[in-house]
Amino acid sequence: MIATEKTIETKGAGAAWDVERVREDFPVLRQTVNGKPLVYLDNAASAQVPRIVIERGSKYLREEHSNIHRGVHYLSQRATSAYEGAREKVKRFINAREARECIFVRGVTEAVNLVMHGYGRKFVHEGDEVVVSEMEHHSNLVPWQMLCEEKGARLRVIPMDDAGELLLDEFDALLNERTKLVCVGHVSNALGTINPVKEIVARAHKLGVPVLVDGAQGAPHLKVDVQDLDCDFYAISGHKMFAPTGSGVLYGKAELLEKMNPFLGGGSMIRTVTFERSTYAAIPDKFEAGTPAIASQIGLGAAIDYLNGLDRAAALAHEQELLAYATEQVSAIEGVRIIGNAREKASVLAFVIDEIHPHDVGTILDREGIAIRAGHHCAQPVMQHFGVPATARASFAFYNTREEADSLIAAVQKVIEVFG
Amino acid sequence: MSELSELYQQVILDHNKKPRNFQKLEAANRTAEGFNPLCGDQLTVYMLMDEGVVREVSFVGTGCAISKASASMMTQAVKGKTREEARLLFDEFHRMVTGELDEEAEPNQLGRLKIFAGVRDYPARVKCASLPWHTMHAALEGEETATTENLGPDLSQAAISD
Repeated sequence: MIATEKTIETKGAGAAWDVERVREDFPVLRQTVNGKPLVYLDNAASAQVPRIVIERGSKYLREEHSNIHRGVHYLSQRATSAYEGAREKVKRFINAREARECIFVRGVTEAVNLVMHGYGRKFVHEGDEVVVSEMEHHSNLVPWQMLCEEKGARLRVIPMDDAGELLLDEFDALLNERTKLVCVGHVSNALGTINPVKEIVARAHKLGVPVLVDGAQGAPHLKVDVQDLDCDFYAISGHKMFAPTGSGVLYGKAELLEKMNPFLGGGSMIRTVTFERSTYAAIPDKFEAGTPAIASQIGLGAAIDYLNGLDRAAALAHEQELLAYATEQVSAIEGVRIIGNAREKASVLAFVIDEIHPHDVGTILDREGIAIRAGHHCAQPVMQHFGVPATARASFAFYNTREEADSLIAAVQKVIEVFG
Repeated sequence: MSELSELYQQVILDHNKKPRNFQKLEAANRTAEGFNPLCGDQLTVYMLMDEGVVREVSFVGTGCAISKASASMMTQAVKGKTREEARLLFDEFHRMVTGELDEEAEPNQLGRLKIFAGVRDYPARVKCASLPWHTMHAALEGEETATTENLGPDLSQAAISD
């Protein structure tokens, strides 16, 4: 394993994290569920939206709503400027070289499918190989299976150990001259593992193989610098980083995006159209057919503004404290097993309880006002690795409190009481 | 605990822990598989039909407490029933858990199965209770697989969202 890549940087965190002040930014948190205060611990599925994002979307709908890029009129220009402004914010947020390398998509699923159709179907042929990891979310696995099936290519899998860490030596052994693409998650949604993606990129690049990083769970927690990672693609879902659903980004290196085929055909993505043939627009427009989710993407820009206004190192330190505390307390309960014990984890706590199905855990926690996710987390191969049908997963954001972690711990104990 | 008693009653917990008729039935002449792709619940129902009567019925599978208890009690309820009686019970059970049948006000044959009425207050869990019944129904009608995928839109979800 590698130890050089320190992904969790909490040093330099300034003053103590004022979680109560931060909570005031999230109106949704101030409600009761089943007579109990809402304890929202399903952040890895969808994170909540701060007021400035809500207000920005609302302002767009009240004052700027119109179609982008086409109208010469005032509103269209305002909408276009807000939409392209959001792209510029994304570019700075992930440190892309140019804004045109940031394609707006609905989320990681669309981003991966875009690369599969645009890059995979053009450059992967019979006998070639595509590498994924054992802990991929279905969104970064199923599209590659579909491609391999269509092309007669082979899907190779980087295995993981029982802690939930990828075996990089095995990865090296998988790489060869037939490898056309490596697709790996930055952070596992099911286990919390932070993967050494910079190292993975470096090893793949030695053989000239491009790497796609699924950043759905990375971008909400970690500082992302696509130039430092040197990844070829990086995919983000807005709704997991405090923005509305329907927002998201596919970052791709310009030279790759330019040589790819378009994905969806239609309006906005063309240069000229005749019945004989069409020519395509330059990036990013080439990949943004049809009217996009303008309000949502502008909301993503506002979410980035919000994150930039936080002490992100302190936010991460707070999440890590919650994770460490909840892990220690929950794992001490008899009959509980933590699934995912990587050395470097984002704030995801997945667990199973002997003889009790995670859905029953989820329902009983819901009655306590606690929102967690129970199921296979769209990562069935991960469940198969650990020999469980499903897990219960609590995932923390920087607005969660220690008291909420205590509620979780007490509720898990209650589940065990109910089932005797 | 009072809010929970509606769903996780002692009887359900007991059937979860010690499911009845929980084995493969070698003499079965009907089998059906049930699968809920959303949560991974999976079960196989084995049935011995003879002269239009369910002589024996059993199940194996994995799932949550609600689905396991529901399967266990389903096997007890339909054993010895004619095809028509089993169909009627399926229909009543399905209508009860989806809120279309008021089991206290309308005549029905549900008996002990009324314990599952509380599940209609947990829209995400209705399918857990109904999957064993859909699977039994598929076996009864000689179909091979049941799934909760094609049961139509879950209108109960929408109805309580506010």
